[in-house]
Amino acid sequence: MKRVVITGAGTLNPLGATLCETWASMRAGRCAIGPLTCRDVDRLSVQIGAEIKGFSPQEHFLKAKLSHLDRFSQIALVAARQAMAQSGLAVDAQLALRAGVILGTAGGGNTTVDDNYRAVYQEGKNRVHPFVVPRLMHNAATSHLAMEFGFKGPSFTISTACASSNHAMGQALQLLRAGAADVMLTGGSEAMLCFGGIKAWEGLRVMAQESCRPFSRDRSGMVQGEGGAVFVFETLEHAQARDAEILAEVAGFGMSSDASDIVMPDLDGPVRAIRAALDDAKVAPEAVGYINAHGTGTAANDHIEAQALHAVFGARAARIPVSSTKSMHGHLIGGTSAVELLACLMALRDGVVAPTVNHREPDPDIDLDVVPNTSRAAEVDVAMSNAFAFGGLNAVLVLKRWP
Amino acid sequence: MGPNIMQGNDLIAERVMAIIAEQAMVDPSEMTPEHRLADLGIDSLGVVECIFAIEEEFGIAVPFNANTPDQPGFDISSVGAIIAEVEKLVAKQAA
Repeated sequence: MKRVVITGAGTLNPLGATLCETWASMRAGRCAIGPLTCRDVDRLSVQIGAEIKGFSPQEHFLKAKLSHLDRFSQIALVAARQAMAQSGLAVDAQLALRAGVILGTAGGGNTTVDDNYRAVYQEGKNRVHPFVVPRLMHNAATSHLAMEFGFKGPSFTISTACASSNHAMGQALQLLRAGAADVMLTGGSEAMLCFGGIKAWEGLRVMAQESCRPFSRDRSGMVQGEGGAVFVFETLEHAQARDAEILAEVAGFGMSSDASDIVMPDLDGPVRAIRAALDDAKVAPEAVGYINAHGTGTAANDHIEAQALHAVFGARAARIPVSSTKSMHGHLIGGTSAVELLACLMALRDGVVAPTVNHREPDPDIDLDVVPNTSRAAEVDVAMSNAFAFGGLNAVLVLKRWP
Repeated sequence: MGPNIMQGNDLIAERVMAIIAEQAMVDPSEMTPEHRLADLGIDSLGVVECIFAIEEEFGIAVPFNANTPDQPGFDISSVGAIIAEVEKLVAKQAA
């Protein structure tokens, strides 16, 4: 089985428009949650979110191209360009056939759907733009990446709610290991901060009104964000043959299904996914030096996740740095675990563990070192990233420091 | 439900109990104001559905967040407590 490494990373998210900006924000513990600015915001009971500021699509795409691109595809393309540039990959006819794209998204072209339902239902229009379907389809971002870089190998989109990107990256890992490709662009994106996207989440009554405070006793729920990240995953032999700089090794992946409830998390499923990822990485629990939590800031998630970590790591669970970067960039739904993997890369490469910000009060039921409010220096050889989706679908990735 | 001219508290109680009974799949006559929702087999998602049904039935907005266990804005500790809260909200709306 081939080993797989990361040779490029790019992002566009509320914390930054590049990898470096995002790492700087995470290091500084900057919270990007603020007032929502979407249309009809006055009709929403949720008034906060983590928006990407200062992004002007016209600077990145030609006008003709933009009419094909929902915001979730724009985000994925901008991130992928950075990742490809960093990787230094030159795609020739031979590599093109051995290169593919697997992205995660939960809502796909949600903004396009919202805009056009508004046009036909609310405004009574009887005509929509000819490219509504190619904009809104969940695989649009994947296909645009394939077209932009000429990747002609295995490519598809994965949609598993809040675990979409981890499932996508896990699939990319498995294809590379199995020899089905040499290079994969993978990660995910989400752009759901439109009226309908937020209104649907409101219904669940799990949204915070004032901020996202994962693991804090005074938590009041999750805060939505938008954004994504894309990585170049590559077989180790391919990366070494072209003398590429390696950012980290993708060491293991584990997944499971709770088979229990459509929204309430279960303890057994996350425990099995974490164990499966560690087994797959051939890593002992003792070796894990940083965990990027799913950490949504809902009472249900935070307690189950803490219990799951104690079940797997035993007493040491209380001493491993565990942080929820959703406290800073919000919950990017299907794109979230891609952006959260950036925190794992920072821990492995720079020895800096991102904090859980907005933390005010320890929760007596959560015996974890949640790295409250301030980032911390730490020697990390192995980092783990959790994603536990609605529908009980769990996906956990394990990265190792390189070399 | 009869004509809606009297928005009296007895009628409010009856309508709230009907909503909760439907969620719990029990006959309203089996319910008392002392019952807690959990006693009736209503889980946290069932509570969210009850709140939604109450908002739709009375045209009110209920301040409810599933993450705050003690629900400072809306007491859901028993059927009777919920009825009292709905009566307050309906009265506030009429005022």
